[in-house]
Amino acid sequence: MSPPVGPSLQFGPYGGRYVAESLMPAVEALGRAWPEAWDDPSFRAEYERILAEYVGRPSPLTPAPRLAAAIGAAQVLLKREDLNHTGSHKINNCVGQVLLARRMGKRRIIAETGAGQHGVATATVCAYFGLPCVVYMGAVDVERQRLNVFRMRLLGARVVPVHSGSATLKDAINEALRDWVAHVDDTHYVIGSVMGPDPYPTMVRELQRVIGIEARRQALELLGALPDVVVACVGGGSNAMGIFSGFLDDAEVALVGVEAAGEGLHGKHAATMTKGRLGIYHGMRSLVLQDDDGQLQEAHSISAGLDYPGVGPEHAMLRDTGRARYVSVTDEDALEGLRLLSRTEGIIPALETAHAVAALPRLCAEDPSRTLLLNVSGRGDKDMHTVMARADAEDEVDA
Amino acid sequence: MTREDRIARTFADFRARRRAALVGYLTAFDPDRETSYARISAALRAGVDVLELGVPFSDPTADGPVVQGAMLRARAAGATLAGVLQLATRLRAEHPQVPIVLFSYANPLLRLGEEVGARLSGAGIDAALVVDLPAEHAAELREPLRAASVGWVGLVAPTTPAQRLPGAAAVATAFVYAVTLRGVTGAALDADRSELSDQLRALRAHTTLPIAAGFGVRTPQQAATLARHADGVVVGSALIEASQRGEDELVATVGSLAAALAREEAGP
Repeated sequence: MSPPVGPSLQFGPYGGRYVAESLMPAVEALGRAWPEAWDDPSFRAEYERILAEYVGRPSPLTPAPRLAAAIGAAQVLLKREDLNHTGSHKINNCVGQVLLARRMGKRRIIAETGAGQHGVATATVCAYFGLPCVVYMGAVDVERQRLNVFRMRLLGARVVPVHSGSATLKDAINEALRDWVAHVDDTHYVIGSVMGPDPYPTMVRELQRVIGIEARRQALELLGALPDVVVACVGGGSNAMGIFSGFLDDAEVALVGVEAAGEGLHGKHAATMTKGRLGIYHGMRSLVLQDDDGQLQEAHSISAGLDYPGVGPEHAMLRDTGRARYVSVTDEDALEGLRLLSRTEGIIPALETAHAVAALPRLCAEDPSRTLLLNVSGRGDKDMHTVMARADAEDEVDA
Repeated sequence: MTREDRIARTFADFRARRRAALVGYLTAFDPDRETSYARISAALRAGVDVLELGVPFSDPTADGPVVQGAMLRARAAGATLAGVLQLATRLRAEHPQVPIVLFSYANPLLRLGEEVGARLSGAGIDAALVVDLPAEHAAELREPLRAASVGWVGLVAPTTPAQRLPGAAAVATAFVYAVTLRGVTGAALDADRSELSDQLRALRAHTTLPIAAGFGVRTPQQAATLARHADGVVVGSALIEASQRGEDELVATVGSLAAALAREEAGP
């Protein structure tokens, strides 16, 4: 017999609002304000206006014939979230949440960031609206994403390095939660992925759904048909939920999430969907990388954005129901994926996206006749430092 | 004596003596198993009336730097939940009358699965305080614990609106912990705020259980002020810091807090 899990789980056995009582009123207020705003045509209109005028939506759908030829696939399509203002899908969510914060009368914005893309997007939207912004970032990530730290500061945000724990994304979230508890009256916490307490997983998915809606329409215009497989990388899982949600009702479209296997599934990795177990963490019931004692394990990925030991609860549900499947890709393979897309299509993807690129040959091998749609969640400029360090090390080995 | 009785009787005794109990928080295994055992024993002898024993957790999001530091030291010293429960068993044997409340985040307890009640009960734990299980989700652990006669501590915060108070108080079976401060553990408290006494008075209307108040209590003066409104005063970060300076400092800090409570009349 398993104990009752309470009334508000949104995704089968996953979801919920597992936060300290101090935060419950804020989470409840958000839970009331979000659906009301999303149902308000004037709110939607403003969100869509900013996405068009400022973010540059719709993002294009780019056929990738040389990539398709290189891997032997019938056809590959790229959804170009890398072409959004600030260089990734993250800004779709930030625009919506900062609009909501304004509507709720919150005048101060905080955020966590891993790769820095969410931090940059939040800092950007705060600059656009003239709101103060504090971004928590693990000290390790501050080091490996120096360019994004500089960008955030240039945009007027305060970047606070977090030294506790593994000094990566999860610790940045811990610190942002502490800030929120202390400043809950005037502060909105812009969570960057489909994770955390309800309503965040639902809200962030809805704010990223625009990716899937556009991609589906564009595929139909371009091909007269839907793609066979939709592929996206998964850390917390927001770009994947964004594009998946456009195709969830199309049973014939396979959905594949690609997570980070780091140094390999038997070593240090961030493969929560493959290796995680049910847990309560960061406000949600979901799959979590943890030891037998219920302590969180430190994730590892070359990509700061995938370096997280949890995953959004809806992904856990999609895994259980079989509607989506999840595969993992190592650091090495991801670097290969980055080179592959760069050389075949002239698009340097983010290291996060590179994981999804690296899964394509495998997916193609299963059935070369299929059309693959890849969500290019972000561009790779921010990762050049990391990739250069790796390349230099390899050159030395070669010499 | 049954478990919830040990808590109920302790608070009833203190209420009869018109004074508040000193609820002392220390993290198990900080800085290592044997030192923490010796320090906790010393604190109990020096005047801690109810022990809140902290289970170290990798991601203590509701705690400030002092408790985080204690949990980090404890984990580096090899703390596990099984180890903490063994420590509790030894403390129970040495202090048969003292209520022991296990302070934990949900995930380590969840990993015990169906054994959770038996394991805590077997270690002599009287009640559990689980910071990241709000009233909505409390049943997940509260019910299996209740089946093993282990009590549940309800939590209310300064931000808890009036309409949440009844539900937040109703899940408690042992006592209600009123967080007296916005923020994480160890921040600065202004114990004289009238908002605070209003908060505690409002809570009385929704529970007949004892109320312990805390978060940010550092000085005997703050403890004494809170004691006017509550059945118990919780002190955590200040004890951890004192313990870091050595056992003598811990004993002196506990002594001065206990003395301050002895001078003040407890709340109604």
